[in-house]
Amino acid sequence: MSAGPSEELDSLYGDYPLDQAFDEMRTADGEVRPHYRALAETLARLPENELQRRKQSADLSFLTQGITFTVYGRDEGTERIFPYDLIPRLITAQEWDRIERGLTQRITALNLFLRDVYSDAKILNDRVVPRELVYSCKHYRRQMRGLQVPRNVYIAVMGSDLLRLNTGEFVVLEDNLRVPSGVSYMLTNRRVMKRTFPQLFHSYGVQPIEHYPQMLLTTLRSLAPEGRPEPNIVLLTPGVFNSAYFEHTYLARQMGIDLVEGRDLVTHDNVVYMRTTGGLKRVDVIYRRVDDDFSDPLVFRADSALGCTGLFNAYRAGNVTVTNAFGTGLADDKAVYAYVPDMIRYYLNEDAILPNVKTYLLGEEMERRHVLANLDKLVVKAVGESGGYGMLIGPHSTARQREEFARQIEANPRNYIAQPTLDFSRAPCLIGDRLEPRHVDLRPYILFGDKVNIVPGGLTRVALEKGSLVVNSSQGGGSKDTWVLEQ
Amino acid sequence: MLSRVADSLYWMSRYLERAENTARQLDVTMSLMLDPGGASAEIRWQRLAAALGKPAGMEWNGDLDAMARTLVFDHLNHAAVTFCLNGARENARQVREEISSEQWQRLNRLYHQIHSPHTQAQFRSSINDVLASLLDGIHLFKGVSDTTMIHGQGWQFIRLGRYMERAYASATLLEVYQPDLFHPQEREHSGYHYLEMVGLLRCCTSFEAYCQVYTADLSSDRILEFLLLNRDFPHAIRYCVDCIRDAIDNIQRTGGRRLPEELTAVIGRLHAMLGYTTIGEILAGDPAVFLHTIREHCMRVHDLVYRYYVHYSIQSALAV
Repeated sequence: MSAGPSEELDSLYGDYPLDQAFDEMRTADGEVRPHYRALAETLARLPENELQRRKQSADLSFLTQGITFTVYGRDEGTERIFPYDLIPRLITAQEWDRIERGLTQRITALNLFLRDVYSDAKILNDRVVPRELVYSCKHYRRQMRGLQVPRNVYIAVMGSDLLRLNTGEFVVLEDNLRVPSGVSYMLTNRRVMKRTFPQLFHSYGVQPIEHYPQMLLTTLRSLAPEGRPEPNIVLLTPGVFNSAYFEHTYLARQMGIDLVEGRDLVTHDNVVYMRTTGGLKRVDVIYRRVDDDFSDPLVFRADSALGCTGLFNAYRAGNVTVTNAFGTGLADDKAVYAYVPDMIRYYLNEDAILPNVKTYLLGEEMERRHVLANLDKLVVKAVGESGGYGMLIGPHSTARQREEFARQIEANPRNYIAQPTLDFSRAPCLIGDRLEPRHVDLRPYILFGDKVNIVPGGLTRVALEKGSLVVNSSQGGGSKDTWVLEQ
Repeated sequence: MLSRVADSLYWMSRYLERAENTARQLDVTMSLMLDPGGASAEIRWQRLAAALGKPAGMEWNGDLDAMARTLVFDHLNHAAVTFCLNGARENARQVREEISSEQWQRLNRLYHQIHSPHTQAQFRSSINDVLASLLDGIHLFKGVSDTTMIHGQGWQFIRLGRYMERAYASATLLEVYQPDLFHPQEREHSGYHYLEMVGLLRCCTSFEAYCQVYTADLSSDRILEFLLLNRDFPHAIRYCVDCIRDAIDNIQRTGGRRLPEELTAVIGRLHAMLGYTTIGEILAGDPAVFLHTIREHCMRVHDLVYRYYVHYSIQSALAV
């Protein structure tokens, strides 16, 4: 690169350390990676304060669109916009190709696994996955045993969290098979970015993602019960107090389907209806954004009023499709996760294209002893939790916290796993008026109806706190747009 | 359309109409108070409270600025502009997918506007500017609703809410003003009586419209005739009732359940009262009773719509 722009570039950087972690934008010796060059130069050429101005205009756009989450505690909730970062994260077509193949393979295997476990349980009989691991999982639903699921699709929507290690390789940290959220942020980030950096976006040749809602609708329609050629598809939300409510309304509107709450639904003779101004109307497909536990008080938690009484019986009778199916949480249990590469080999006779992160199962005597001795270096997670809860990050923990976790592990080893503390990749983010690197992950959204569909990219989540490794929005994380390039 | 959604759209619309009504009546009352010769500030304030349905927290306490502030910014007082806007937005938020993005953004701006410290500061220096800009915001929302939303069942519920609220509020207002209109205080100078009549018309944004129909020659009979029986002016009660009837017909036409006879009957009676009665007949009887009957019928329509479209029993729906 010539001297000119790089000097300008330097003035844009704040504290920008390059160490062993992979930097999405720069190589270890400080060179800007080829596919980031146009972005870096554009940023360097912007007049002073221009970046701030665009940031403010994007902020305002989020606020007036009501893309906010509510901080409770006072009489009236205070609303904040969902934190996001203006600098896009770039992924080359070649990198994406590998991710896409890896995820397709993964959802196929996980789906076969669920079908197998809930029917013949061959993989357990062949001792590839330990039987007690499956049957002790709190998301295993014995009600699903022997139940025929439309098209044998258990997981219609999956969101997998990928990290890039310092070798530059993407690995899967976890799969979300219950009600993965965040896709609305992916879509709105893109819309705002197109308005904020129109020329840059155009010159980069970014693969589109805007057709996600349509693909989701097609996926849902393909899963309708037999004999319902014009299915009535609805999205079931827990309601306005759910933190993902914005997303539910957004998706329903983009798909042109009704957004229903449990109180809108009634069952009669094993058929689900919704209350409309024209009387009761039959429901054929439910895209469920309510957890298993809260879906039907007759079968799951009796004290929940969020779902619909009798829903499971209607589902079992084949009169309504509910997706994702009940009991899919079994396969995103963090201990079962450790066996996904084995499942891929068992069902597909292939090697996993996207590797797993090394995972210690604390139910195993040897591994537990190793983990307990090295708690300060490892990350410990509760197997059934998500959203960054129930987690110990060894290097950032206090001795008290470690003791507490050690005690809990001894008491219930099956409930925990441990993984090495990963130094995953960082990408440049706008912090104040300077660029600084922050840790990022990537959550692509995978759809599975009559075939697997993945929109290129996904939600890049950012740990906006300096040095932080936690990207969950509930814990101070933000997001940024992800550009998968045509070339 | 989902019953819950219809309910939310209806209430979103009613709350907005209520916010508009409060803001406008407060504005008019404050400006009437500038002419000290007429009724005292206390009497005017109490009349305002009565016209807004006597909500708790509007008792006269002598501090006009504080009371006006409460009526705009309080989020617990049921007539306050902030309370109504919060209610409208909360309802809109629950049916975010049913309204257009433009509507939602408009409503959101209004919400952020009334909650901003800037507005509160501005209120100190100029109440009128704040109220005018809030009214503008509400008008914009209505305009955007009419131009960006499909005029299907959801829109008809919005329309139903707007005109139900307006008909009811106008009937209340006329009922409260009616004694002053026909029995002005003896000592009252005719100039002040004129101001009072203009005030009433302005409470319904109808001064200019009135002048176009009757010239600026104000008389109590004509004002009552205009606000009750005019079929072309959107704030006249007859116009509101025609719209209510039309909205309900359209709800049925676009897939709503068939109307029960009870509902048809009440609406028909309302329509006949306003469409086939002359002002002379009304004045020959007791106008207060007439207005009260209109209010009762409106409440009945509301109850029946709710019972029939929103909160019906499953047995009744399965039997069909």
